[in-house]
Amino acid sequence: MKSLSDHIMDILQNSISAKATLIEISVEEDKKNDLCFLKIKDNGRGMDENTTRQATNPFFTSRKTRKVGLGLSLLKQKAEMANGTFNLISELGKGTELNAKFQMSNVDRPPLGDIWDTFYLTMLSNKNIEFVYQHKTEKGDFKIHSSEIKEMLGEVSLMQKEIKDAIIELIRNNLSDIETVN
Amino acid sequence: MTKIKTLADLQRIKGEVQSKFKIRENSNNPTQFVQIKVGMATCGIASGAKETMKYFIEELERQAIDALVTQTGCMGYCYAEPTVEVILPGKEPVVFGFVNKTKAEDIIDTYIKKGELIDGIIPITFKTIDD
Repeated sequence: MKSLSDHIMDILQNSISAKATLIEISVEEDKKNDLCFLKIKDNGRGMDENTTRQATNPFFTSRKTRKVGLGLSLLKQKAEMANGTFNLISELGKGTELNAKFQMSNVDRPPLGDIWDTFYLTMLSNKNIEFVYQHKTEKGDFKIHSSEIKEMLGEVSLMQKEIKDAIIELIRNNLSDIETVN
Repeated sequence: MTKIKTLADLQRIKGEVQSKFKIRENSNNPTQFVQIKVGMATCGIASGAKETMKYFIEELERQAIDALVTQTGCMGYCYAEPTVEVILPGKEPVVFGFVNKTKAEDIIDTYIKKGELIDGIIPITFKTIDD
């Protein structure tokens, strides 16, 4: 997994499995302090203390199809490699919040990658979940809600090529406006 | 053409699309559709499942095949990622392994369009996972 978007896509599956109905993703670039923050917050079923502690252990997983769980472990490793930190807070019945911090200029900081694809593909697959993506740089703030897009489209399919291309272009144009560093 | 930046721009595209084509609408009856589930767990993403999923969406749309492409979790065949589960209407699910673009093309041309099985099926009594 080379980019932050790939990791986000991966972590989102955890939130989806946890039956979240609202998932908020935020990326903040703080060039002044040479930092980049990733936050993913859901209102899923959450985890107890013990599970939260074990979640970043690659040999721990809640699933039954296999014995390893690498998603969170890999993201934690990426953050720590890039001179950053990783932190997971969760409460049963309330949800889970993940915070990862990276040193912006670190060669090991994963690039943002194709977050537009992550957003589109995840939204397409999970029609009843509200996804919010927010990206902040010192040039501005961009925020997109999946519900707004769906409401506006109505009966028109998200898979329609022109619509798919337009959604992806919308995200890309806005991110390039606020001079996202990839 | 102006750049697409806001929801209003997206709405304009929607209008253009609606006036030009007969729109494929969201179906309330997915059983009539070809259902494609792309394994999108850590193992899948690391092996390029995102590209596979994008390819299926683009290709099925281009060929006007009514299909529902979604993500699913890890099916337990991490060694064979990207894995794709294909459900033809009225048929049992079939799981294919190592689905890159070439394989995806083969699945669409041979299995989805003609109903003929091709190599690369993961031969295990398979049950769709729900989580």
